[in-house]
Amino acid sequence: MAPVAVVANGLSLTFGSGAQATRALEGVDLTILRGEFISLIGPSGCGKTTLLRAIADLERPTSGTLLVNGMTPELARRQRAYGYVFQAPALYPWRNVERNVMLPLEIMGIPRAERRELARRNLELVGLAEVARRFPWQLSGGMQQRVSIARALSFSPSLLLMDEPFGALDEITRDGLNLHLHELWRSTGMTIVFVTHSIPEAVYLSTRIVVMSPQPGRIVDVIDCDLESPRPLEIRDTAAFSAIGSRVRRALHSGTSHG
Amino acid sequence: MGEAVRRTLPVVVVVAGLLVVWYVAAILADHGSLALDRPLVPAPHQVAAALLAGIVQPVNSPRSLIYHASVTAASALVGFALAFVLGIALAIGIVNVRLFDRSIMPWIIASQTVPALAVAPMVVVALGNAGLTGLVPKALIAAWLSFFPIVTSMVAGLRSPERIQLDLLRTYSAGSWDVFARLRWPASMAFLFPGMKIAATLAVVGAIVAELPTGAQAGLGARLLGASYYGQTLQLWAALAMASLLAVAAVATADVARAVLVRARGGRL
Repeated sequence: MAPVAVVANGLSLTFGSGAQATRALEGVDLTILRGEFISLIGPSGCGKTTLLRAIADLERPTSGTLLVNGMTPELARRQRAYGYVFQAPALYPWRNVERNVMLPLEIMGIPRAERRELARRNLELVGLAEVARRFPWQLSGGMQQRVSIARALSFSPSLLLMDEPFGALDEITRDGLNLHLHELWRSTGMTIVFVTHSIPEAVYLSTRIVVMSPQPGRIVDVIDCDLESPRPLEIRDTAAFSAIGSRVRRALHSGTSHG
Repeated sequence: MGEAVRRTLPVVVVVAGLLVVWYVAAILADHGSLALDRPLVPAPHQVAAALLAGIVQPVNSPRSLIYHASVTAASALVGFALAFVLGIALAIGIVNVRLFDRSIMPWIIASQTVPALAVAPMVVVALGNAGLTGLVPKALIAAWLSFFPIVTSMVAGLRSPERIQLDLLRTYSAGSWDVFARLRWPASMAFLFPGMKIAATLAVVGAIVAELPTGAQAGLGARLLGASYYGQTLQLWAALAMASLLAVAAVATADVARAVLVRARGGRL
């Protein structure tokens, strides 16, 4: 099987029409290999979330081709090829933590005993096994987002799509979750596509960083990020880390100043 | 000042104020007497005594307020159950079928602009001519009044899920049944209960209104009409007080149902 997870060719997506039309994506070419950790970074309105949503078949491209696991995004979605983590935890407040994690498993018709076991295992993975019986409003924002990650992982998708999952969290919580996510990616071999507007976060997590710019939303640069792995948080103090960060910053500036 | 005092004091003050106003009105209206048989405005203690007398009567007596209240409660309950089922079914239809929304909603609103008080007698008489008497016509009037808050609160509730919650289910390629059963329905519960409380009181009002025109022998409505016809003001006020106790009981039942669900959901709706 080809080791390609996602391919976009000449992908464009326009919202609305006529004078109000917004060209959210234009001429996007991108190939994501299996096992990569790709960050999409750029200012607001650069189309990074739109690209992620198109991969997830939550938005329909206007033109160009987009393949997920070698098939159309719709088919991939129907085969439950990916897990999606939203900007907000989007937990259902009337379900406790365990039942929130079991939600996709219920829909997929997995037997009760197995649901329980999968929920337990994935809550352990994000370090929240002890709050399984609590309700979302009893948890901090960071814990809620970890529950939503456990929920996305519960059915072992090979592709994880994450839309600024840590954007609303404080920096200390965010550091902890970044460390955790990197370990998770390393141990599972999943493909992760991660939307962020934080340069350090992108450099710390990624194998490649896709820099985007707005009006119209497009890719301005793709930067390799070949830091050692595992990555302790202190790696952010090294010269290699700073060098990649500056490249991303320069690409962001060139994108916005000529846009 | 203790916490308990701080909480009860405003209630006590309001009740005391109301009693004072009531007594003054009674004294003025009844020329200084607070012990008339047919006072224009009975004093609070007279109403309380009449209410108590009506309650302690044997239940098979035609003077028993418990008996009359139970007759009214039966039609209110059946009417409410009908409104509940019909209201929820209509709300599900309105939310799921666009055509339903456009075609049915205006009629639902129109049905509520018709003054029930004026139409109820006609409906009861018409149904009586068709051979439907007793509980059924009264339950229908009660249902007619009470289904509207159920429909509107359930429509709002079923539409309350946010885009992100719907998108989440789409990523699992959930079918429309899953979207309904696992998201729209549970999300609607927070909206249902306020509507249900209003519907519960309206069902009691509807049942009483339906008892007024038919010369019914039983029910709080019949009791109100009889007392008013013969100028028995104490009886009238006692029946009114009983009717409001019935409505309070209906609302309290809705609150209990809510509390059970809140408990099952770990403390929040």
